[in-house]
Amino acid sequence: MSDNPVFEKIKQEVDDNPVVLFMKGTPVFPQCGFSSVCVQVLSNLGIPFKGIDVLEDMDIREGVKAYSNWPTIPQLYVKGEFVGGCDIVREMYESGELIEYFNTNGFDVKLANPE
Amino acid sequence: MSVAQSIEEKLRAAFDPVSLAVIDESHQHAGHVGARPGGETHFRVEITAKIFADLNRVERQRRVYEVLQEELDGPVHALSVSASPS
Repeated sequence: MSDNPVFEKIKQEVDDNPVVLFMKGTPVFPQCGFSSVCVQVLSNLGIPFKGIDVLEDMDIREGVKAYSNWPTIPQLYVKGEFVGGCDIVREMYESGELIEYFNTNGFDVKLANPE
Repeated sequence: MSVAQSIEEKLRAAFDPVSLAVIDESHQHAGHVGARPGGETHFRVEITAKIFADLNRVERQRRVYEVLQEELDGPVHALSVSASPS
């Protein structure tokens, strides 16, 4: 696993940035519905994150799948830990677990659309 | 055998599910990247199986992906998964 040179780059990103979303497109212009859902969820929680566009870098696109042993994009990392893809992020958001998760990890959740 | 049938067969064999739905959502993505005429590119799987009780969310979905690797490497462009123990 560690012999893949792109892993070092990915590890650097997820270690240097508290919340990282590997996605298709950018947070402003997501190129895929699943990536877009993750961007919306993080935005609704007021969580700042770094979006990494895998469409810009084929090595990262394939590398991140091997890094997490997860075959799809998007992928959310918090404090270096792989949290999940779109289905998991959405499920955790809808059940309230995601807010709890961020709170537990010391993030200040600011709901953009309190209901 | 259609892609949907193949997905269903593999999931039944692997997880002995209590309930299983394989939903072809390709029509919602007509014209998008990865869509093909004839569909069978975008699927949603809803599966309930006792085996998932001992696994966390990530592991549950990882197991489903593993069983369907051939489909994901091939015709299936997007697979949405909801896996629960009950």
